[in-house]
Amino acid sequence: MFFRLLWISGGVVLGLVRPAWAQQSPPTRLLPATVQVRTLDGKSVPANTLGALAPGKPTIVAFWATWCKPCIAELTNIAEEYADWQRESGVQLVAVSIDDTRNAAKVAPLVRGKGWEYAVYLDQNQDLKRALNVTNVPHTFLLNGAGEIVWQHNAYQEGDEVHLRELARRVANGQPLGE
Amino acid sequence: MRKKGTLAAAQRVKRCLLIGWGLLQLHGAAGQVLPTTAGAGVGANAASGTSSPSLPAAALHGDLQLDAQTYRPDAAIGAPVVPERLRANTFANLLLTAGAFSAGVRYEAYLPPLQGFDPRYRGQGFPYRFLRYDARRLHVTVGNFYEQFGNGLIFRAYEERNLGLDNSIDGLRVQAEPHAGIRLTGLVGRQRFFFDKSPTIVRGLDAEFSLNDLLPGLDSAATRVTVGGSFVSKYQADDDPTYVLPENVGAGAGRLTLTHGGFALNAEYAHKANDPTFTNSYIYRPGRAALLSASWSGAVGVVAAVKRVENMDFRVDRASSGAYGALNFLPALTRQHTYALAATLYPYATQPLGEVAGQVEVTYHVPKGGLGGAYGTDISFNMSAANGIDRRRLNDEQTTRQGYASAFFKPGPTVLFRDYNLELHRRFSPRWKANFAYLHLTYNKDAVQGLEGYGTVQAHVVVVDVLHKFSPRHSLRLETQTLQTRQDQGAWAMALLEYTHSPHFFATIYDQWNYANPHPEQRLHYLGGQVGYVGGTTRLALGYGRQRAGIVCVGGVCRFVPASNGASLSLTSSF
Repeated sequence: MFFRLLWISGGVVLGLVRPAWAQQSPPTRLLPATVQVRTLDGKSVPANTLGALAPGKPTIVAFWATWCKPCIAELTNIAEEYADWQRESGVQLVAVSIDDTRNAAKVAPLVRGKGWEYAVYLDQNQDLKRALNVTNVPHTFLLNGAGEIVWQHNAYQEGDEVHLRELARRVANGQPLGE
Repeated sequence: MRKKGTLAAAQRVKRCLLIGWGLLQLHGAAGQVLPTTAGAGVGANAASGTSSPSLPAAALHGDLQLDAQTYRPDAAIGAPVVPERLRANTFANLLLTAGAFSAGVRYEAYLPPLQGFDPRYRGQGFPYRFLRYDARRLHVTVGNFYEQFGNGLIFRAYEERNLGLDNSIDGLRVQAEPHAGIRLTGLVGRQRFFFDKSPTIVRGLDAEFSLNDLLPGLDSAATRVTVGGSFVSKYQADDDPTYVLPENVGAGAGRLTLTHGGFALNAEYAHKANDPTFTNSYIYRPGRAALLSASWSGAVGVVAAVKRVENMDFRVDRASSGAYGALNFLPALTRQHTYALAATLYPYATQPLGEVAGQVEVTYHVPKGGLGGAYGTDISFNMSAANGIDRRRLNDEQTTRQGYASAFFKPGPTVLFRDYNLELHRRFSPRWKANFAYLHLTYNKDAVQGLEGYGTVQAHVVVVDVLHKFSPRHSLRLETQTLQTRQDQGAWAMALLEYTHSPHFFATIYDQWNYANPHPEQRLHYLGGQVGYVGGTTRLALGYGRQRAGIVCVGGVCRFVPASNGASLSLTSSF
């Protein structure tokens, strides 16, 4: 049974490859509506709502964890300028924590304790992380006003936020990303 | 032979037909995948001859991870001879979604597994593949899946690749929302066991009720209450010559989550039926676990949590031991440290056979001005403690085999772990910022690592981590650490220098020095370095140097990694 499925999916993959290469622009990718994440007060919401918190405005979806130093550095550095970012592009940052039971209870106190003004969600079973092919954190996505993923980046290095801020501005102004 | 050949030919024809079927089905759909210009779309469809416009759009995505290392024998640090000289772990996921259907496979190759990974991984194959159907209120998965019931006290199937753990279940899972506020999950299957499956059958049910969505008038209440219950059972045949063992072992748990404004409460209690295993010395005692956490998030963030675990090592194979094959997850209530000396020398891991633990953590952002400085200062304080449970031996090996009696609310006398730590983060100017950390650790090495003769280690750790920005995109970071102890391997010092050029390049060089080892010939340097490139979703790092023997932990589960000396390559990418 498994091998039959494998051959079918092999055919499916081949079927995709040619048309995908024949086109200039890659297919658009949205956050999946079929995967659920949780709000800090325990409510399950479909992941596609994360891209629609600020309709028509760009959204940054940042995967992070309380134990991940570069993640905390990224979110702290952005937090220091977040008001300016929002003023110039209306961007909404959505921080998706992949913390498990050990640290999930620490997410809300840490976020509020640090004074971050982000929308924060929990992806405890890492369903959204897997659905977006995220291997490790930090991993950051930029979505346009229609909720389509237009850019993504793995890892964080000091200063990366300069580029991200510029990209958010271009997305808000409908300019090409230039990469 | 002849017959076999004919069969093989028939198989090949069948495969071709199946591939053809897949191609045909997808062609029409693939034409819709892309937001194309009309001309190009027509071209693609014309080439395929026919198209079926009713098929949903399909998309293919994937990711890749490669970790490779060369090994040089290094007797001084105890790095063993590795006959293959080069070892590599590879992971590749492919994910296909088309409307309500999705399918995925993961290829894994351990040629052979990196040092520190279980040698039973040796080989390659597709140990993870699934098909999934999503309707509005119904989700069905066949094949491999990951799942967690509540806090995971009786069931958690998860992957922690860097620890070499994959407890995915291969079987059927159905998730349903029959009514707003009710979520039901049912599953049956067998756990992955390296490139095979465990013979034990696992069955589970979970129900969760959000009272605010169920009771009229509560949907907009400030207080949110969720209650849940779960039941898991495993079947393993009894082939033991000595004992009459329960072949079906069940475990149940109930939980409650309550939030009100910045306040959150999370409680869960689990009970496991008698489950004689190798790890609990085949006693017929039931197991129980309780977890309670409360948090406040306001200007100050506070988390307080307590936990009690008794005989809760719940695993698929009663004869096995070690981290592999666990059915449940018992979180360690300690801070997960990230600085190397604090994280890998004396990390705590939950003791599933018996533990009473608690922790308090306070996070505060001192606002700018005054004490907070020009940019504000982050302060975080954590206190964690774990003891054994109260145990009075019953000497009933020949009769009831309950093993011991234990008072629920009385912590045992054995100190397993203590950690008092303080961390500060402060920016001094647009160009300078720093982290300071201090930890005091008490680590019962014998009990936590299952050893003898090491006793309890008392250690102080100090970390100073300073970052300087030359320009918005050029930074240099210096991290210095020391761990002071008179026990075990004595004191350590470490320095790390890291240069980053955003967004593409980084280089780092580090040295760990066991300068006060009680054995002077073991006062060794572990010198190493790494350079790397990041572009979009691709990250490539090349390293060279000595790696100290140590413990790598993620989420309170740990694995031992032996010392090594050599070059390493690490590549991750996704699309």
